[in-house]
Amino acid sequence: MKILVAYKRVVDYNVRIQVKPDGSGVVTDGVKLSANPFDDIALEEALRLREKGVASEVIVATIAPADAQPHLRNGLAMGANRAIHVVSDGPIEPLTAARALLKLIEKEQPGLVLMGKQAIDDDANQTGQMLATLWGRPQATFAGKVDIADNRATVIREVDAGLETLDVELPAVITTDLRLNEPRFIKLPDIMKAKSKPLETVPFADLGVEGGNQLKVSHYAPPPKRSRGVMVKDVPELVSALKSKGLL
Amino acid sequence: MSKILIIAEHLDGKLNPSTAKCVSAAKAVGGDIHIAVLAADPTAIAAEAARIEGVGKVLAVANAANAHAIAQVLAPQIAKLAEGYSHVFGPSTTFGKDLMPCVAALLGSAQVSDVMTVESSHVFKRPIYAGNAIITVEAPSDRPVVATIRVASWAAAGEGGSAAVENASVEASLPTHTKFVELKQGKSDRPDLQSAPRVVSGGRGVGSAENFSIIFSLADKLGAGVGASRAAVDAGYVPNDMQVGQTGKIIAPELYVAIGISGAIQHLTGIKDAGTIVAINKDAEAPIFEVADIGLVGDLFQIVPELEKAL
Repeated sequence: MKILVAYKRVVDYNVRIQVKPDGSGVVTDGVKLSANPFDDIALEEALRLREKGVASEVIVATIAPADAQPHLRNGLAMGANRAIHVVSDGPIEPLTAARALLKLIEKEQPGLVLMGKQAIDDDANQTGQMLATLWGRPQATFAGKVDIADNRATVIREVDAGLETLDVELPAVITTDLRLNEPRFIKLPDIMKAKSKPLETVPFADLGVEGGNQLKVSHYAPPPKRSRGVMVKDVPELVSALKSKGLL
Repeated sequence: MSKILIIAEHLDGKLNPSTAKCVSAAKAVGGDIHIAVLAADPTAIAAEAARIEGVGKVLAVANAANAHAIAQVLAPQIAKLAEGYSHVFGPSTTFGKDLMPCVAALLGSAQVSDVMTVESSHVFKRPIYAGNAIITVEAPSDRPVVATIRVASWAAAGEGGSAAVENASVEASLPTHTKFVELKQGKSDRPDLQSAPRVVSGGRGVGSAENFSIIFSLADKLGAGVGASRAAVDAGYVPNDMQVGQTGKIIAPELYVAIGISGAIQHLTGIKDAGTIVAINKDAEAPIFEVADIGLVGDLFQIVPELEKAL
């Protein structure tokens, strides 16, 4: 079985992003970019399934500008067999990304698609669900544990009410939550090896994806600032501060 | 005029408060507001939904396949129900996040996630980058708007409505590829984390699962729900469903007490809309003090029992 991992490049999660003063976007020039943390977890899970003999091949795919090749090389260094780079200029919204990923699925016929539950830049949490729908296959979102046997996946999902277990027929789309696994570190020799692994480039226009982005973003603003608080020196002061706010 | 369909969230035969919050967002859009209840037996839930103020009609869809909220089973039915509606809203809970993009994909609409404010019928504000930027998004007017409503940003619409309940039948072929196995709930007598007016949260500083008892004890004294930082969850002190933050629950209680929590960006995202934030931490440089309304530097193991006694 092949596993396709959707592997997005985002602003590193440790970066405190700044909104441009004119409201036209956030500052991304010179800012550190990394794999979306949830996608790293997806790739790790795919690699573990290959190590268990469940999967034979792991493919990382991204939709990103031409300079995203080092990002895919990182995925290859982590252990993916090969990479597909759909080269696009502007940002792509989740529905468009799902339509593009479906084209890759039609070509590659994976038995499983793994991806993060959300990207930490747009925080949309949509692409996996949309892909499963367009593909007509099951989805298991927010996965905290994945077991595969007899062409089915048993997935424990982290939902608001607790932990839900679903049993889905493969092929399927599984989106990963934080606690699924701890992604491995990349070793230096693997970085060298990754340079010779296959990396296929596909211009976005060649996929024949119908429709473009629908949503227009007109303005970016920083969140409203909370007013500076007060420091109290002990518990009695804390209690009286709460009382004066009418909270006790 | 807008015609808005809200997908009801429910569990164990009871309506989730997130549904009434979606109604508030729908009221901000303006127009006819209908609620769809999909369940094995929707009768009691539909009656509850009909009492929400501002609701014009409740559509009850009974189907044994709807016994559990399986997104790929619910979505084709909702896509059918959505015909003639200008907007389809669901809550940005795990239920809505799982389901609504499937509905959007079937309708060919891009989804607007986590709507914080409604500017007009097709213009919304939503957070990106863990709430560190707020964008204004315009959806096209030539197709249905599919959106999830950020529950922490909206108050629940009140009761007092008396909408008509209509039994709706939906012709859609439903997949059988997904089987519900079980739901393990973290049973608790404490107020629900997402709707509690007061929340007490513990972080890594609490040190162990056993030590968390002082957090529970303080919460009980305050009648508060209990949350935790990701660090506390990862360390195994408490279960996942207690996590507050970008990747956990986003909450907006009147009072939030953060104990032994440093205040990582991803945690702050979950509490930005809280009324009053109290931070208790031994590190005076902890980022949590930048957002706290009242801060107290000191040893939580002395402060928390003392605070409990003073209440």
